[in-house]
Amino acid sequence: MTTIEPAGRGGVTGGLAVRLRGLAKSFGDKSVLGGIDLDLAEGEFLALLGPSGTGKTTLLRILAGLELPDAGEVLAPRRRTTVYQEPRLVQARGVLANVTLGLPRSARDAGLRALAEVGLDGYATVWPSTLSGGEAQRVALARALVRDPELLLLDEPFAALDALTRLQMQELVAELCARHRPAVVLVTHDVDEAVRLADRVIVLREGALAVDRRLDLPHPRDRDDPAFLAHRSLFLSHLGVFA
Amino acid sequence: MTEHITLPAGSTRTPDGGPVTVRPGTPAGDAKAGPLLETPRHLGARRRPPGISFAVRLSVPLLLLAVWWYGADSGAIPADVLASPGAVAGAFGELLATGQLGDYLLASARRAGLGVLLGGGIGLLLGVVAGLSALGEELVDPTMQMKRAVPFLALVPLFISWFGVEETFKVVLIAVASAGPMYAYTYLGVRGVDRRLVEAARGFGLRGTRLAVGVIIPTALPNILMALRICLSVALTGLIAAEQIGATEGIGYLVTLAQQYYRSDYMVLCVVVYAVLGLLIDLAIRGVERLAMPWRAGVSAR
Repeated sequence: MTTIEPAGRGGVTGGLAVRLRGLAKSFGDKSVLGGIDLDLAEGEFLALLGPSGTGKTTLLRILAGLELPDAGEVLAPRRRTTVYQEPRLVQARGVLANVTLGLPRSARDAGLRALAEVGLDGYATVWPSTLSGGEAQRVALARALVRDPELLLLDEPFAALDALTRLQMQELVAELCARHRPAVVLVTHDVDEAVRLADRVIVLREGALAVDRRLDLPHPRDRDDPAFLAHRSLFLSHLGVFA
Repeated sequence: MTEHITLPAGSTRTPDGGPVTVRPGTPAGDAKAGPLLETPRHLGARRRPPGISFAVRLSVPLLLLAVWWYGADSGAIPADVLASPGAVAGAFGELLATGQLGDYLLASARRAGLGVLLGGGIGLLLGVVAGLSALGEELVDPTMQMKRAVPFLALVPLFISWFGVEETFKVVLIAVASAGPMYAYTYLGVRGVDRRLVEAARGFGLRGTRLAVGVIIPTALPNILMALRICLSVALTGLIAAEQIGATEGIGYLVTLAQQYYRSDYMVLCVVVYAVLGLLIDLAIRGVERLAMPWRAGVSAR
């Protein structure tokens, strides 16, 4: 196992949660990621923006170990968990069993605590098929949290939710991340979501980092704050949308 | 190198024991080590070269053949218990030379084909009807479940008294045998079609036959082809029963022949013929799957 010396990137003196060097990946003839270098500090919340097919999800899947990179160095913490766009719950097992999937029996209490944290007390024995979309996604979030991740990978976790539920879920994720401080990689198409949640936003374009910006706005963030709006229109223009 | 504190999985970080971090803006506190980093272990499927897969597939049958051969050759397996591969090959050559094997296979294929076509067709129709409508399910399903509980071999005496021992009896017996699995799998497949898809198709004005042919059957095709596979192996069983009586040719007749003359080499040859037929059926259905379901190329495991 390799240990990494703290990299003094942007004044950050803490440890790293992710280190990528020359990461490249292609599917057939199509190059998706072309030599990405990226350091993510411990506890840092990174949002990845970019048009469809620019390799955001591929980058996340490589960090999760679901895809093999063609070239380059990938380093991530051992304790990392993923929340996908769909809840991906085992329909044949109850909510608590889903949350503690693969953990020892002793994780039961931690599972119940995680369920309480996402606002689902009393749902332990409920079947996943009876949950609403937002509830199911909160179970998926509890399943990730109970593993106490050092790196939390969020692959468009709110994309399939209705607008109101999405706002509540963003609130919940912001709150949980502030409390547990995992490093986060959030893949999203929603610029507002990125600006609202992230410490740092990267726009991927044609498999390269087109923009890499740190957002020094206080939390909770006000959507009408001029700074918020300035960031928003900057990222939108980089995505080819002129707001 | 710095020291790392590794927490057991599932434990919660305490404010004093866990990493000290400051929010917002500065993601990390004082100079200290972060989490221990590693290259993520690959969790996805690895691509295997097709040659290796084929060799692995072939290895177990070849091993069995080798054991048989060695056992017969060394005398560990007496010839009256199990004929040697050489003797079976001899019997095969003999039947092939007289043209009997070809005739037998053809006669059996005709009976099995007609029977599966008839029985499978009826099973498919009933399965779609029962899967699609509640009324159809109420009308068809209890009877089909009862029919499925009756071993088709129990129907042999009854069918002989109705149809005699000629071709009709043989085809009907195989048809009845194959209707059951075709019905059950088609019903399952149709029930498995996403209700929302059916809803949408109905919204576009598809009803009855057009709905079944345009949406339901293509979507349930994996199940239907699985049913066809089972129908064909049930038909092989049916052939043995049907060709025991009133037949002068057929692979079922060959089994009867081997039994009557107590020819160990013919008995084993029958087993081999059935095994090879099973393999050919499997290959044929795989081919049909590839042709009929091109959209599943990337989805199905094999």
